[in-house]
Order: sequence, then C-alpha cells, then structure tokens
Amino acid sequence: MGKRIGMEVSIAAAEAVKQANVDVISAYPITPQTHIVEHLSELVANGELDAEFFCVESEHSALSVCLGAAATGARTFTCTSSQGLVLMSEITYIASGLRLPMLMIISNRTISAPLSIWNDHSDVMSIRDCGWIQFFVENGQEVYDHVFVSYRLAEDRNVLFPVIINMDGFILSHVIEPIELIEQEKINQFLPPYQPLYQLHPDHPVTMGAFALPSIFAEAKKAQEEALLSSIPKITETWKAFGDMTGRYYNPVEIYKAEDADTLLVTMGCFGETASVAVDKMREGGKSVGLVKIRLWRPFPFDDLKKATIDAKQLVVIDRAISVGACGPVAAEVKAALYGKDQRPSVYNFVAGISGRDVTSSDFIKMVDKAEREMEEGNKEGYEIYGVRG
Amino acid sequence: MTKPESEWTWKELTVGNVILEPGNASQYRTGDWKTLKPILNKELCIHCGLCYIFCPDMAYNLNEEGYFIGDLFYCKGCGICAKECPTGAITMVLEEEEK
Repeated sequence: MGKRIGMEVSIAAAEAVKQANVDVISAYPITPQTHIVEHLSELVANGELDAEFFCVESEHSALSVCLGAAATGARTFTCTSSQGLVLMSEITYIASGLRLPMLMIISNRTISAPLSIWNDHSDVMSIRDCGWIQFFVENGQEVYDHVFVSYRLAEDRNVLFPVIINMDGFILSHVIEPIELIEQEKINQFLPPYQPLYQLHPDHPVTMGAFALPSIFAEAKKAQEEALLSSIPKITETWKAFGDMTGRYYNPVEIYKAEDADTLLVTMGCFGETASVAVDKMREGGKSVGLVKIRLWRPFPFDDLKKATIDAKQLVVIDRAISVGACGPVAAEVKAALYGKDQRPSVYNFVAGISGRDVTSSDFIKMVDKAEREMEEGNKEGYEIYGVRG
Repeated sequence: MTKPESEWTWKELTVGNVILEPGNASQYRTGDWKTLKPILNKELCIHCGLCYIFCPDMAYNLNEEGYFIGDLFYCKGCGICAKECPTGAITMVLEEEEK
C-alpha cells in the first residue's frame, strides 16, 4: 500500500500529473486553479519532472498549445477555472472533434457577472456540450486517482477523447486532506507510454482539422457522438482496473443508503460528502432518505441514473449552477433520463451554493423537508434558488 | 479519395477525420463556385505571366504554346487576372450551363 500523507488537494493533483509523466504542460494561472499550475511549474524548474512547461499569454493559447502537442503524440496537461475556461472554450470543441487525448482539471469557479472568485459549476456548464469526457469528484483522493484513470482512458485506442476532471474550487482545491499516494512502479504499469493512433510527423504527413462540407459534416458528428457514447463501457473497465490495483472502485453514479429510500438527494461534486452526513442524520430521525451522486457528467450515464432513482417517490436534485431561463442543468438531465417511464419519481430542483455560499448538512435537511412539503401540497416539480432572501 | 464524400457513411471516417492522403485538396472542384469565367484573347496576350502570378488559387498554367490558361476546374471566377492583365487580354464572361 502507498504512503498516506496530508497535503493540499491542488498539490496532490499536481503530484499526480507528475507521476503520470506528462510531456507538455501549458496553463495560465487563475484563481482558484493557481496552486496546481504553480506547483507543476516548480517541479519542472527543479528538474523533478522532465516536461516542457509553456508559459502563454492566455488560456486560449494554453489549450491551443496542448492541442498541438497532443497532435504530435505528447501527453499533455492543462488546468483552469471560470473566465479562463470561457476563454478556452473555442479550443475545447476542437480538441474533442479531433479526438486528441489530454487532461484538463477545472477548479470550478463562478463566471462573472457579478465578479466572483468563489465556487460553483457555472464555468464547466458553459462548455457542457464540448464533447469531452467529464468527471466530477468529491474529495482529494478522487482527484488524485482520476488523473491516472483519465490519461489511461483518454489514450485508449477505443476512446481517444480529452478528459475534464471537475473539482470544486477552494472548497476542495484549497483544503488539506489525507491522500494515499500510489507507488510509481504501479502507475507505470497502469499507465504505459502514450501510443498515438495518428500524429503530426514530417515523415508521415497527415491533415488534422480539415474542413467538412455539409455533405459530410453530419457523418463526422455522428461518428464523434457514437464514439463518446460507446466510451461508457471503457470508462467502467478503466475504473475496474484501477480498483483492482488500489482497492478504490468508482462508478458512473454512486449511491449511498439509496436502495430502499423514498426520497433521494441527487448531487454532483463536493456536495456529496456533506449530503451523506445529512442523510445519516435524517435516517437517525426515521426518514427514508438516500443519496445519489453523479460522477460521470459526460457522456451522461442515463441507464445508471435511471436504475438508481426509478424506485424512489421523490428526487431532490441540487444544482450548483443555473441555466438562466430554464432550471438547474443537472435537474434537466435527470428529468430527461426519467421521461417516458410510467412510474417515476417527481423531481424537485434546488439551485444551492452558487458563488461559494456555504451549504451545510442542515441545509440539505431543510431542502428535503421543503421538497416533501411541496409534494404534499401538490407541487411536485418545483424549482427554486435555495436560501435566497426576499 | 476513392469515392465522392457525399457517399461516405459515418462508420468509414477516420478517427478525428484525419486525412491520411497528403494533398488531396487538389481533388476538390472549387471551379463550381464561379459565375464568371476568364476568356483569353491570344492576340492581345504578351505572355507576361501576371495572371499566373496574381491568381490566388494558382489556377493558371503555362501551356505548350506559351500561353497562361486558367484551369476552370479550380478557377473561382474572382476576376483578379482580368483586372491585372496589362493589355486587357482577359475578359470575364458569364459562365452558363453547358447544354
């Protein structure tokens, strides 16, 4: 078993990137992602990591560097937050369309305006449809573990997609947690050197990023869509292989005391740990409540989510972002997953914790109570911003 | 390309739509974009080659008689050759469907 030591989660993420033996790093510092990129910069400068670190003038360039490097067959890494991700967004679509494996960690932070540095999921929701595999994690160990899972998955010849690991900014990125480090020999076995399917090389010229006429564009998108959807079995396979190595197994949708519950909280990211405390408290009080945590956001695990939630009476979906003019993006997906089932739970949607406002275990209890009261009064499909004044 | 792209199915495309055949853009008929085509008056032509130099699509080629002739498979009909020709030997005329 590896050493278990206390470290800041951002530093653990950077150490994992080092252990994954990346070739190229390009990132532009932005709060709250900064500690990851600073630490990687130090590792390269000190000669502890043999990689090229590209200092660039913007996030648009950071991801462009990674894209070009990945096209030559390099293992690449970038990370960002908030406005930085929005500036990158143009290139995110190109990376997945070109099927170039790479890893980006997003320290999730609110998008302006109003200007805010604190945590919510509005940044990644702005590129929800960019075609990357997208994970949400809830603690430092999961961040560390998913770096290796992500590279192995991204570089799999049957996958070949870029991967995003979403970790909540500050709430997760800046806390110190016990992290069980994996021995380097084990990682080298789990993650062999990247063997690209196609690469830019002067001896074997290929064209990447050519244009497509309307007569073939739909076929190109269909191929991308099918490839992303069919990556789900590879994702679960990769988690299984990782679990066999470390004893830590992951699933597209994680459940906690959910099997027999009438009411289920549905969360994504850091909310999961706090919500599980709330579930314990409510269970002690005799309530039939459980928890469903979405780990795989894209491709969306419709089947797993249906299986985990279909027998409940009510789902209380907590979103940490607003799709302004609609509702929470997770709730919209959950409703879509359940649509068409004769017997299905009602879905009550709260938007909570936007821009880093604390959501404690008692807040989750209050949300469940409110949703149950509303259901009794006949308002089964409500949507509200939790705790808003006035 | 072994067949027109309008006949390709999504299953036949390479991963990431990578093109493995260098220079196959030459198979793309840009000539069907044009409405006007260049006509050369050989009596006025002084063989200076300015049409060849200015053509943005490199559609002009020198023929065996020493004239620069626009390849209508690529010519988009922009008219830069006619504008630049110092003797007015090139005229742009409406391209009509051949019957």
